[in-house]
Amino acid sequence: MTPLLTPGLTLGPVLFNWPADRWRDFYFRMADEAPLDTVILGEIVCHKRAPFFADAMEAVVARLAAAGKEVWFASPILAGNDRERAAMRDVVANGLLPVEANDMGALALLAGQPHAVGPFINTYNEATLSWLAGRGAMSVSLPAELPAASVAVLAKAGAALGLAVEVQVFGRAPLAISARCYHARAHGLHKDGCQFVCGNDPDGMPVKTLDGQSFLTVNGTQTLSHGYLCLAGEMDRLAAMGVSRFRLSPQAVDMVAVATAFRAVLAGQRDGRDAAAEVGRLVDAPLENGFFHNVAGTAYAAEA
Amino acid sequence: MEPFELICPAGNPAALRAAVDAGADAVYLGFRDETNARNFPGLNFSREDLAGAVAYAHARRVQVFVAINTYPQAGNLGPWERAVDDAARLKADAVILADVGLLAYAARRHPDLRLHLSVQASAANVEAIRLYRDAFGVRRVVLPRVLTVPEIARLNAEIDIETEVFVFGGMCPMAEGRCSLSSYATGLSPNRQGVCSPASHVRYEPRGTALASTLGGFTINLFEEGEQAGYPTLCKGRFLSGDRPAYLFEEPTSLNAMELLPELKAAKVRALKIEGRQRGKAYIAAVVAAYRRALDAFAKGQALPTLNLDAVVEGGAQTTGAYKRAWR
Repeated sequence: MTPLLTPGLTLGPVLFNWPADRWRDFYFRMADEAPLDTVILGEIVCHKRAPFFADAMEAVVARLAAAGKEVWFASPILAGNDRERAAMRDVVANGLLPVEANDMGALALLAGQPHAVGPFINTYNEATLSWLAGRGAMSVSLPAELPAASVAVLAKAGAALGLAVEVQVFGRAPLAISARCYHARAHGLHKDGCQFVCGNDPDGMPVKTLDGQSFLTVNGTQTLSHGYLCLAGEMDRLAAMGVSRFRLSPQAVDMVAVATAFRAVLAGQRDGRDAAAEVGRLVDAPLENGFFHNVAGTAYAAEA
Repeated sequence: MEPFELICPAGNPAALRAAVDAGADAVYLGFRDETNARNFPGLNFSREDLAGAVAYAHARRVQVFVAINTYPQAGNLGPWERAVDDAARLKADAVILADVGLLAYAARRHPDLRLHLSVQASAANVEAIRLYRDAFGVRRVVLPRVLTVPEIARLNAEIDIETEVFVFGGMCPMAEGRCSLSSYATGLSPNRQGVCSPASHVRYEPRGTALASTLGGFTINLFEEGEQAGYPTLCKGRFLSGDRPAYLFEEPTSLNAMELLPELKAAKVRALKIEGRQRGKAYIAAVVAAYRRALDAFAKGQALPTLNLDAVVEGGAQTTGAYKRAWR
């Protein structure tokens, strides 16, 4: 296993409903071409989608592992009903890969096993981080809405506790999860008969204000930001705080180029602001970093 | 079988007295700062107010619960820990917490203090609830508004702590405590500052003949002449997905689960909660009295009284929300 406090790039799970071929080919390309340390797999938004790419999972895990990537499974964000709970249990009991918990239920089931804590468990302060460390968490990925001052305290506490602290540095920010499917609702359908309309939007469904201003992105039961969170310009500051893992959340953009840009910054070979400018050209929506700078998440402030 | 416990909100001492007098079994409230999820200007209780509230309520055999249900700020745990200490010292009957770090603190420092798990912890499954029970001795969980009544029944069959569910008031369509929509638009969030769609960031602006409500500069709704202009809570706004304006997340409705009392009883729910610490005492008195009459009739096996709460509910519309599967 990669030493946890060595700085590394993590690829979070694909959040969107991609066709199985696209999903498999994406991960094959990530395995072959993207300079990533850790790749997290799994359907964490809607358990109904998981069967579509189940057949490709084994080949994807093998290809990523053969390429030297550490591979983890992530548990669902919301596990309320029986089928969601079953999906959560299946992930924990997969017997093959270590697990990142995204719900306290999964965390309970992982007692006594090495595990990671995902960004959907609310780690807001050092008391919570310490409690998680005491239960055997090896790493904790922080919620996207945390400002720099909180990240700094948590990274320092993580180092003292011997666990890795991770921050999302690229990809639409996850903002909310619901039992209701907004994709289905927007199409006049019920969740039970959703016809998998979320598959029409590989990067999420745009939500605009009544003035036509781009605002949010809907991905089934999940709501994300419209802009792409980007902390490329803050990478040096994050590393200085003691953040050791940097998460890229997959989008329907050139993720090899994204990973390559962040890797160069991490290796000290490229200026973060320069990398941010390139990332901005790779995506078709604004970059945002307001959460980190303790203002509205929609804001984008150039790092001084 | 024990009757339902009726848990009622209070944003100030006058509302607390109104809730107690109207038949609450317990009143929940918060301190006047960011430690609680209704951190609104002019609302909530000082330490002195809490002492008076406890005296008034306990003299009438009504319990007082203190909600300390935001997530403590990294590097600044003091306000949250002091809130727990003071709630215990002033003889609150329970504290309602969400953060595991704060739960650990409360369990360690105040082993006799009754702990309830806030809806803001969004504990939606048996495994999570057992963890909170085993790790901290949590005695009751307020369930997130993501479960149907049959799901609540199955949950209660597998856990041995009490459950409390919301039956009336404003409702989040999102899993509570897991939502950053407000901070995305304004920089202020329920989890960190205890506010959602704060009034400080709300503007009403004319747009031709229409009136726009905005939050953090984003248009949340447009009202034509003659249409009642509502408050721009982000998830209750009208948006465009495709070209059709629609209440994409939720209509501006109010939860009212009164018709589900038999099902909630069969599901072994222990306590019913009314939302609305930001409401005035007249609203509290009306809603609490209505629910008191309904619960008393229900406990005696009588038909539920017809209660007219239309005048007080948001937008005049009511829903049973996530308790019925079709909501999803």
